[in-house]
Amino acid sequence: MSDLRELYQEVILDHHKRPRNFRKLEDANRHAEGFNPLCGDRILLYLRIEDGVVRDAGFEGSGCAISTASASLMTEMLKGKTEAELEALFEKFHDLVTGKSMPDSSSIGKLAVFSGVREYPVRVKCAILAWHTLRAALQGSLEKVATE
Amino acid sequence: MKSTEEIASRVSTAADGSYDVGRIRRGFPLLAEKVHGKKLVYLDNAATTQKPQQVIDAMMRFYTSGCSNVHRGVHLLSERATATYENARSKVRRFINARDDGEIVFVRGATEAINLVASSFGKAHVKPGDEILITGMEHHSNIVPWQVLCEERGARLRVAPINLRGELLVEEYERLLNPRTSLVAVTQVSNALGTVNPVRHIVEMAHRNGTPVLIDGAQAVQHLRVDVQALDCDFYAFSGHKMYGPTGVGVLYGKERWLESMPPYQGGGDMITSVTFEKTVYAKLPHKFEAGTPDIAGVIGLGAAVDYLESVGIDSISEYEHGLLDYGTGLLEAVPGVRIIGTAPGKASVLSFTLEGVHPHDVGTILDQEGIAIRTGHHCAQPVMDFFRIPATARASLALYNTREELDSLAAGLQKVAEVFS
Repeated sequence: MSDLRELYQEVILDHHKRPRNFRKLEDANRHAEGFNPLCGDRILLYLRIEDGVVRDAGFEGSGCAISTASASLMTEMLKGKTEAELEALFEKFHDLVTGKSMPDSSSIGKLAVFSGVREYPVRVKCAILAWHTLRAALQGSLEKVATE
Repeated sequence: MKSTEEIASRVSTAADGSYDVGRIRRGFPLLAEKVHGKKLVYLDNAATTQKPQQVIDAMMRFYTSGCSNVHRGVHLLSERATATYENARSKVRRFINARDDGEIVFVRGATEAINLVASSFGKAHVKPGDEILITGMEHHSNIVPWQVLCEERGARLRVAPINLRGELLVEEYERLLNPRTSLVAVTQVSNALGTVNPVRHIVEMAHRNGTPVLIDGAQAVQHLRVDVQALDCDFYAFSGHKMYGPTGVGVLYGKERWLESMPPYQGGGDMITSVTFEKTVYAKLPHKFEAGTPDIAGVIGLGAAVDYLESVGIDSISEYEHGLLDYGTGLLEAVPGVRIIGTAPGKASVLSFTLEGVHPHDVGTILDQEGIAIRTGHHCAQPVMDFFRIPATARASLALYNTREELDSLAAGLQKVAEVFS
């Protein structure tokens, strides 16, 4: 059970049960759709970006606890960040969940709760789906993003 | 040589003649493995089954002392390899009660068998405006090849609907049959729901319409007795690895007159009688459809798997598995929040379910930590998931070696899932 609690930390379970920013942004000027064919996770991400800074973010869709919590926590962190900052954060998050390196907690904040994912290789895609979708939205890609 | 009865008593029968699952389990080396330090509970048999020692030994024997190509060498090893390979074909023919060895084509698996029919039957018999009729519970492997064919030939794919129990609406199916229907393709047992389709009746109705039928038997041959002559189906497809044989080998059964009427699927060696640059004469059935060196070890392993199934007895297996399925269904129904997806009467082997408030993928991860292997996801049947308006299910699928204790572990594991998510 202790191992499982590393993966399913309280913050993750909380964001799974009560996802933040779980709504369509009517005034979004960027959006993208992400899909994980392995488990059917689906996310629609909406962003409102002004002068290169994310002003608002929201998402819809359905997925497992890891992917839903990841999208929820991500949308909380996006606001006020520039596209360049988000790109850097993407890399740090990627390194965190794939176990490549452990970023210092000051740079990733609450995202540190996903550190347990590294022990579950098949779940990395769940955690990273929202972030790939973010990247697609930032790049203005209209193609559906798939993790496979 | 031991008689079949002696082998049967060795692999599966207790002293009093009853089904001895402990004895069966000891014949599957992998079942003794541990996962995350826990005893393995393998409930992902619809994806692939584990292999009995007899199958592993047969393949090992081929590579250690019998390896040679088939159908060409004059030397002893090649003669032996050819005899063993063709003997496996006869075993498969008897297993599904086909009329002739020429009607048994070895392929890579059920998927390739269906693709072969889509390609070769399609070229010979499907015209623009024709229709291919499938059902709403098909695996992607019995959808996509037909979509490809319809695209190529200007034909149309029709889908007979299912109900909320996961049963085919037979009268809707019958209504969809019409003079343009050039082929019906239907699964015998649904991999996502466990539904057993009334295939004999389905074939009868299609034949009254003058339409041949392909049955996808990938989830059927390991659970129930299949007699292709009694079913009167025109094609029957299945995989070796879901019936205790190796991966990479499968079978297409086809009635001789249909196979004769179809062009080869692939060209190459072993499928010809003579080749000149002007004209090639194709080999007789079934070799016309077996271009290139086949998976000889795989076919030999499949033959051993047939021997194994027959030694246990397919009727004993059916009876035992039905008991297990009923027991597991009762257990799961008692777990708060569980919804069983696929509730048709007389199901086979499959327990597909959702747990309220928990995504199947999370269920799968937590059960895995308990040593319990199940499948989660859409099971390559996305239209089925769409029909039930769910993204995915968790699926426990049973085999002849599973036990009630393992299903108890599954139920206990689900309690643990509920604890984590409470």
